Amino acid sequence: MNRRSTTLVALGAGTALVAAALAGCSPSGDGGGDGDVTITWWHNATSGPMPAVWEEVAAEFEEAHPGVKVEQTGYQNEELQRTLIPNALASGDAPDLFQVWPGGELRDQVANGYLMELDDSLADTISSVGATATPWQVDGKTYGIPFTFGIEGFWYNADLFEQAGISEPPATLDELNDAVTALKGAGAAPIAVGAGDKWPAAHWWYQFALKSCSPETLQAAELEYDFSDDCWVEAGEQLEAFIATEPFQEGFLGTAAQQGAGSSAGLVANGQAAMELMGHWNAGVIGGLTPDEEVPEFLRWFPVPGIDGADGDPTAALGGGDGFGCSAEAPPECAELLEYIMSEEVQKKFAASGSGIPTVPAAMESLEDPNLKLVAEGLQNASFVQLWLDTAFGTTVGNAMNEGIVNLFAGTGTPEDIVTKMQAAADTL
Amino acid sequence: MFVGFVILPVVLAAVYSFYNLPAAFKWENLADPERFVGFDNYVRALTTPEFLRAIGNNFTILALSLLIQGPLAIGIALLLNRRMRGRSALRLLIFVPYVLAEVIAGLAWKLLLQPNGGVNALLEAVGLGALQQNWLADPDIALWTLFGILTWKYTGFAIILMLAGLQGVPEELGEAASIDGASWWQIQRHITIPLLGPTIRIWAFLSMIGALQLFDMVWVTVAPTVRQMSTETMATYMVQQGQFAGQPGYGSAIAVILFLISLVVALVYQRFALRRDLAGAVTSGVR
Repeated sequence: MNRRSTTLVALGAGTALVAAALAGCSPSGDGGGDGDVTITWWHNATSGPMPAVWEEVAAEFEEAHPGVKVEQTGYQNEELQRTLIPNALASGDAPDLFQVWPGGELRDQVANGYLMELDDSLADTISSVGATATPWQVDGKTYGIPFTFGIEGFWYNADLFEQAGISEPPATLDELNDAVTALKGAGAAPIAVGAGDKWPAAHWWYQFALKSCSPETLQAAELEYDFSDDCWVEAGEQLEAFIATEPFQEGFLGTAAQQGAGSSAGLVANGQAAMELMGHWNAGVIGGLTPDEEVPEFLRWFPVPGIDGADGDPTAALGGGDGFGCSAEAPPECAELLEYIMSEEVQKKFAASGSGIPTVPAAMESLEDPNLKLVAEGLQNASFVQLWLDTAFGTTVGNAMNEGIVNLFAGTGTPEDIVTKMQAAADTL
Repeated sequence: MFVGFVILPVVLAAVYSFYNLPAAFKWENLADPERFVGFDNYVRALTTPEFLRAIGNNFTILALSLLIQGPLAIGIALLLNRRMRGRSALRLLIFVPYVLAEVIAGLAWKLLLQPNGGVNALLEAVGLGALQQNWLADPDIALWTLFGILTWKYTGFAIILMLAGLQGVPEELGEAASIDGASWWQIQRHITIPLLGPTIRIWAFLSMIGALQLFDMVWVTVAPTVRQMSTETMATYMVQQGQFAGQPGYGSAIAVILFLISLVVALVYQRFALRRDLAGAVTSGVR
């Protein structure tokens, strides 16, 4: 082929591509008339036991449904959430079954008509997970179903606590402060925080906000972007005072959360830090960073203490989960696959893998990991579970909020700045 | 193909920059008059301290590259241009950082520069423990650390360019000058470096464009928080805001500003460099 014809072909292909993109149509040929269907499935399992579990689930589903092929792929979580899925949705070539994050992102996707409503086809499955499905609902309709849901708490090194003379995990903020003081002499950082990644630092502020703001205030913030209550500034003031006690490891602004021995999870894993505030997945992350890749014996969990006299519910917890939803254009088999993923059988398998807390109550008994059992107990004891605030507020406000919070951590911002930034971001929506 | 893959995206970015687009973007959004915001995204960018600091960082790196990497590269190239033992091996070693993939080099430095990483351990071992720093975690020094890594990575490329340029400088000139009693330093100063002019100007051009577009090394080595505090560049700010903060319209406006700044710098420089190359030492203002 000479150069000119190559160029012409390429030009033609380019034009066709652009035309397809402009038309917003899906070039994938799912659901042919002969009964052969391919379901593409994107999830965020890239390490640990989960990739194998999902692969097995896909194979079992294929076996039970002749003519259906399931192509499952795991992608790194942030890459999947921030780049791959938004781009796939915008280009009109979305995977059939994919990870759906609740809160602001879900509301955006629903408003654009990207997601399939699941209430008719999966009513039983939805009711089986109870209230944990609520974050995946918009105006009472369900667009995603969580297969795991858990809350945040402190993961700590029981040996270091014992050495520092702390017999009981802190139950109030004052006791937490005392624990920090006691741990300072122990040769390890009292608390590790992966502030370099922004969100782990931001979670500290979320916790203070959760314990300072009433559930009604939180609700108003999520739905109307109303941050006028004083509790939002108070949360920053409390955090500022807490940071001033220097509870965190040295150089925390540059510390990653989950990658490598120098990350906050790594510091806990190798005994250089006594505790870390982190979500329910942390046992697996810490386990992956020890030399033998086992969850360390010393690892324990306690819920986030309440603040005496504050407006917030002391037993409220902050949490989140992972859920799947179907693209609006997916074939009906997508819902069937989701139904299978949510079946008691697969949920038990998930629980037994120690990767997280299942959402179907009957699968709880398969939890073997003692720390996950503690987290599950904490979840049951929580009077109210607030979704991670950045997720709840959506990408734009969430990002501005996290930027403001890390400024506070770095000492270059004030508690008021955080609220101002959030309001300014909300005003652009 | 050029139209489809180059011109169209540029035009689309310019179009997006006049809209306030949601993270979950759809083509219909462009038809929504409420989403058309005119120059608001540009006003916002140019009044946001973080973005202004990002522009400042780009130009700081640009200036430092020209002032430090340039003379360093010329000096080393002049030394390496002399006949000596192990010259080829030295040249190879100097070029290695440039050949390494940006991400690999960045991750390697990131590990070495951890608080308990290799660099601090080395300082401790040679008795310079007082110089230990949180190289990439301290917002006050992260930009300088970053420039150090960039110098390590790109000086090799400059040296190779200069060495190539030196091959075009006739040895006879130097020999003649030395017969006339000129010292080695005088020969370099008055003969070699002026004749190296075109190479230096091309290198400077590449270096300036590289500094303005700087993205990957910052993205890989500096934690997002520290980046926000002190080392954001125009390109990292663009990705952070356009992609991660879910504001494609605002991100597009940043992209257009980045494009315009690069274009202006490139045009001004080319004209300036072209004039110098044409008119030689006589700069009478004649084009």
